[in-house]
Amino acid sequence: MEKIKLQDKAAAPLEIHDLTVAYHKRPVLWGIDIEVTAGQLVGIIGPNGAGKSTLIKAAMGQLPLSSGWVKVFGEPVEKNLKRVGYVPQRESVDWDFPVNVMDVVLMGRYGHLGLLRRPKKADRDIARACLDKVKMLPYADRQISNLSGGQQQRVFLARALAQESDLYFMDEPFAGVDAATEASIVAILHELKEQGKTLLVVHHDLPTAKQYFDSLLLLNMRVVAFGPTESVFQYELLQNTYGGRLTILSEVADAVAEKSR
Amino acid sequence: MVGLAAVMLLVCPELAWADRIGDIAETSLKEQVVRFFSLRDPAVRYALIGSILLGVSCGLLGSFIVVRKMALFGDALSHAVLPGVAMGFLWNKTRDPVAIFIGATLAGLLGGAVVTLIRQTTKLKEDTALGIVLASFYAVGVCLIGRIQNMKNVGNKSGIMDFLFGKAASIGADDVALMAVVTALVVLIVGLFYKELLVTSFDNAFARAVGFPAGLIHYALMLLLSFSVVIALQAVGVVLVSAMLITPAAAAYLLTDRMHRMLGLAMLFGVFAGALGAFLSYLGTNLPTGPLMVLAATTVFVMAFLFGPRHGVVARAFRQLSRSNRVKRENTLKAVYHVLEQREFDGESVSMRELAERRRETISKVEQQARKLQSHDLATLDADGQSLHLTPEGWQRACEIVRNHRLWELYLTNEAKIAPDHVHDDAEEMEHVLGEETVRQIERTLNHATEDPHGRPIPGLADLQAGAGTWTPAGPVVGYGGRS
Repeated sequence: MEKIKLQDKAAAPLEIHDLTVAYHKRPVLWGIDIEVTAGQLVGIIGPNGAGKSTLIKAAMGQLPLSSGWVKVFGEPVEKNLKRVGYVPQRESVDWDFPVNVMDVVLMGRYGHLGLLRRPKKADRDIARACLDKVKMLPYADRQISNLSGGQQQRVFLARALAQESDLYFMDEPFAGVDAATEASIVAILHELKEQGKTLLVVHHDLPTAKQYFDSLLLLNMRVVAFGPTESVFQYELLQNTYGGRLTILSEVADAVAEKSR
Repeated sequence: MVGLAAVMLLVCPELAWADRIGDIAETSLKEQVVRFFSLRDPAVRYALIGSILLGVSCGLLGSFIVVRKMALFGDALSHAVLPGVAMGFLWNKTRDPVAIFIGATLAGLLGGAVVTLIRQTTKLKEDTALGIVLASFYAVGVCLIGRIQNMKNVGNKSGIMDFLFGKAASIGADDVALMAVVTALVVLIVGLFYKELLVTSFDNAFARAVGFPAGLIHYALMLLLSFSVVIALQAVGVVLVSAMLITPAAAAYLLTDRMHRMLGLAMLFGVFAGALGAFLSYLGTNLPTGPLMVLAATTVFVMAFLFGPRHGVVARAFRQLSRSNRVKRENTLKAVYHVLEQREFDGESVSMRELAERRRETISKVEQQARKLQSHDLATLDADGQSLHLTPEGWQRACEIVRNHRLWELYLTNEAKIAPDHVHDDAEEMEHVLGEETVRQIERTLNHATEDPHGRPIPGLADLQAGAGTWTPAGPVVGYGGRS
């Protein structure tokens, strides 16, 4: 443990340098430069199409990069995947899939198990503890389609907790959840932060963003601002983020896509 | 229902006809059954073993195809292998299983690659790309087969036509050996990589986030899929082989909510359909095996669709019926409560006459409803059957329904700002579905109000627990929060 902590001090949990990502040749993120230090709870804020999910996926090495690089704890992300936890968007999966709540949370252990090895009792115990943490243990045997939106989101959170990671990416964990669930998720996020974990959370709601997060990353195809919430949450910067997409960036992106057709 | 009718129509004459063939051969159906299942004929043995093997591999892979929503891909793949079958045949002009296997697999992979190419370079979506590949590859295959049939020395003896609709009887020792190898491979890989297949099928992005090679797993699955399509070809035929992938798995999906059980059931159904299809085609010697196997699988699917314990049509209808009966009982209870309330809770028994007046129904109808309450221990009838008396349980349920109704009316009026004269009909429905938790939430929101928008008291927790006998009209009505 000590050794890991020393490493943490040496290398930031997440460092992104000059990152550009394109979908079908059309750039959606331009020249992203951020460095997130350990123990931060960062909200990623921006309008639809700002590239929030893309940024997360690119940081996890799931997308080809047009330029730039990503380092997780000082190394390429592929080398440190066990230290990265992920909560995808709830709508990204088919909730009629034939698995129950426990099966889904156990998937959080798969990264540690690696290929071929089956989950052991220890993994089940961890999964059960994580379910308990999000108050979903009584639902462990439920088929996942028989859950409310908030419950489904908590199952995803429990799965991420079961990953026992140091750096978490969460894509809209508050989408479609009730107020009580939202409050309990926020409490868990803060608890993780207290444990020294680093969290990047895509969030949609501006008023609560100010309450929930220490730092904000204002994103709209490029980083508009990144810093402590009190210094970043300002009218002018928010206006810059949300005030329509940057026309020139958008047009140039279209032109780039056109050229390669 | 239409499906079932079609299956019955198709299967029944089939059986009758098969019976007739049996008569011609001067053997009874029973003897044929014995002969088939005693496996005396090597041809029968190969056909049966082959059908069982293909049932296993198709069931296992089909389950993943269904949950990955790739059913159409399976269909396209199975048609795309046909030119490969023909090319494999042309290789040395005989039906060499290995040459055909290699040719078919290559053609399948080429088809898959073309689909990917079309999808990535044009704005066409996957379904269109699949449709184009399916039809064009199949067309090439049919042309090639036509050429083979016209060839000298090969011609009609080639047995190449069996690949179109399937003929289990044409399966030989070599074929069975190949099928066994492929099925063993499928079982081994699904067994070893179950966890990887599960997570990539459910949540591909998450699988990649934990470092699993999702792309590789996908292509490995595609390769296995084309293998198992190819080994199933001879028995089922190109045209229908995708049904053996999809139908048993779809039936299994309707019956269970867990992936490992779905795999087991799909295998079972696949084996059943395969063996039954082979048997039926043995009875009727001129019938292609493929359609019979597919019909057997479809019968299983229809049964699952109709009689599945949770998602089946019959079970759903039964649940609907019991729900509507419950609503009827609850409405009677509510009427009893209203009668009592009108009398300011003076006396406990309610006569059929009063109830009929309240509900605006005939005495005999009301008597029927009262008997239903009695059979559910919600009320007791007097000896002459002319008045009823709520049991504590019945009283509790009646209070709950009235409470739900009035709370919901109040909630709609106060919180949703809906006019008081618009809320009754909605409350009529909601009173039967509001859960305890929701009711408590509404209570809190409404600050434990005690009167509905029409000024009538809302029965509360104390009233619920009181039971019919101890209700005191003078007692104040307390809200459900029980703040007396």
